Amino acid sequence: MFSHIRTIWLTFLHLFKKKVTIEYPEEKVKLHPRWRGRIVLTKDPDGGERCVGCYLCAAACPVDCIALQATEDENGRRYPEFFRINFSRCIFCGFCEEACPTYAIQLIPDFEMGEYKRQNLVFEKEDLLINSQGKYPGYNFYQVAGIQAGVKGKGEGDNEEPPVDVHSLLP
Amino acid sequence: MNVLFYLSSAIAIAATIMVITRYKPIHALLYLVVSFMAVAMIFLSLGAPFVAVLEIILYAGAIIVLMIFVVMMLNLGSETAQQEKEWLLPKVWLGPSILSLVLLGEIIYLLLRSGTGNASFIFIDSKKVALSLYGEYIIAVELTGFLLMAGIVGAAHIGKHKKKHLHRFLQEEEVSTKIEVRSTKPEDEKQTKPVAYKP
Amino acid sequence: MTVTQHVLIVVGVLFVMLNIAAGLIWVERRMLALWQDRLGPNRAGPLGIFIVVADTLKLFFKEDWIPPFADKKVFVLAPAIVVGSALLSFVIIPFAPGIVVADLNVGLLFFLAMSSIGVYSIVLGGWASNNKYSLLGALRGASQMIAYEVFMGLSLMGVVMLTGSFKLSDIVAAQQDMWFIIKQPVAAIIFFIAGIAETHRLPFDIPEAESELIAGFHAEYSGMKFGMFFVGEYIGITLISSMMTTMFFGGWLGPAFLPPWAWFFIKTFAFILFFILLRASLPRPRYDQLMETGWKILLPLVLVNLLVTGAVALWTRG
Repeated sequence: MFSHIRTIWLTFLHLFKKKVTIEYPEEKVKLHPRWRGRIVLTKDPDGGERCVGCYLCAAACPVDCIALQATEDENGRRYPEFFRINFSRCIFCGFCEEACPTYAIQLIPDFEMGEYKRQNLVFEKEDLLINSQGKYPGYNFYQVAGIQAGVKGKGEGDNEEPPVDVHSLLP
Repeated sequence: MNVLFYLSSAIAIAATIMVITRYKPIHALLYLVVSFMAVAMIFLSLGAPFVAVLEIILYAGAIIVLMIFVVMMLNLGSETAQQEKEWLLPKVWLGPSILSLVLLGEIIYLLLRSGTGNASFIFIDSKKVALSLYGEYIIAVELTGFLLMAGIVGAAHIGKHKKKHLHRFLQEEEVSTKIEVRSTKPEDEKQTKPVAYKP
Repeated sequence: MTVTQHVLIVVGVLFVMLNIAAGLIWVERRMLALWQDRLGPNRAGPLGIFIVVADTLKLFFKEDWIPPFADKKVFVLAPAIVVGSALLSFVIIPFAPGIVVADLNVGLLFFLAMSSIGVYSIVLGGWASNNKYSLLGALRGASQMIAYEVFMGLSLMGVVMLTGSFKLSDIVAAQQDMWFIIKQPVAAIIFFIAGIAETHRLPFDIPEAESELIAGFHAEYSGMKFGMFFVGEYIGITLISSMMTTMFFGGWLGPAFLPPWAWFFIKTFAFILFFILLRASLPRPRYDQLMETGWKILLPLVLVNLLVTGAVALWTRG
């Protein structure tokens, strides 16, 4: 009986406690840097697309919401011809980000993407590409990759020895 | 007052006729509630508000609810209605109806003979009821008290839990220990044949 | 009192009561939220009060579905009984000296009669829905309400003994010197508990317990028929609160700096808030616990209370 009265009194005291409600549209929610929200495609420090069209994100996606088609430019640099994410299917699991070998696809702390038309949730490459390097500033895949794709000459990459003339190695 | 009396009497009679003609028992009971309310209204129009309100509280509010309760639990279907139809043969209802008709005739005769037929209006408040209950009719009140007491004791006796209900897991355990006891018996060298298991 | 005055009082009481019942939708959600460290509805209108309008409109425009397996006439009748019986009870409540629809000399018994009629809404609603959960809810509701009606009536009899009248204005007038809560504390507590059970409000909402019976007796109801049960519950809360005020807390009596009706409404509102606080804080008891508390604790208590009250009343009279 007394425990009941005590319960009632303690509940009453909650009237004067600070409320936990965040009044959303006026007061924004605090999102952490690694919060998994909207998916973006980032760019290199020199402004080129990071995505090399390897399909690993599409393969990793558990709900199959990523579709892309890889192609090559005249320098031999791979890039996606189209890159389409259907956000009405996306579950924001972040597997695509983990699968990406070039840090191109990233999840950013933004969730405000409500739409009245479902079709508007299908994001094309121009909607996904942002003019930023995302979480990995200074990283340039073609700068560390072995191949020559118009970013750097052969042997001029970071931590890369100049190419050895195989004829000079003959005994 | 007279208009009210005749109106509520008409409602009471109509509702009571509906009670005995309804097919579904719940509908019949609902009409019975209406009938009780009409009777309460008659009491009110005759100047007995206390009895009127008690009529609603006790009969309409408690007893009929209990009846509905029973009807809900019995789960009466079309078979029971059929059975009832078979029971209601003319030889069953003819006798009581003739007797009731005789009574009805007597009432009509009395009503007509009493002249104007105006019901006298005497206001009876709760104090008067109480004084007569605990004055003139004290023995009746005490006897009612005895009767209700007997009813309560009976209800308490019937409602008492006699059996101790064990959870089925606990029951299993009990049985298994008994089986163990039984299995040890054939090992006893004095007994040539195993004794039948007695719980 | 002229006829126009009387009509004005009737219309006024009806208007005020229905508005309070509707406004309680907002009050309850807001207060419940505050007691749970939330804010509650605060978007539509000032402090979110227009949620009442939004909710009412929603209820009106929802599909009013009568299940094909239901007993249609009874199904339609049940929600009307709950609102009707609760509103009829307000006939006898004196809001201020002279402001009462009908000051019956059996006023208190009339209140008890109407609350016993209110049981039918649950029983018939649950039975007519022709649904197992509804039927279970109806059975529970009926036995709970009949049981608690007994203690409710008996707890009020102590007050009647001290006053010597069933008339509510007499009862309020008898509290001029001292409120009956001081003379009859046990009766007041039991009346309040029984009142909660009678309105099947949250600690005792086992007829509709949503975690075990989905929604109990009104599981099949939708649209405005459900709305009637909803409003009926709020009218019931207001009724029990105003009865509590009238019977034990001096009704309209209070210091003169506020008019009598204001005192009445302040006290009633305090009890309504207490109802909501109970909802916010207490868990639902089991069904058999509720019935055992009723018959084995409250009934003896209330009988002892009656006995002591009678003895003291006789002794003081000499």
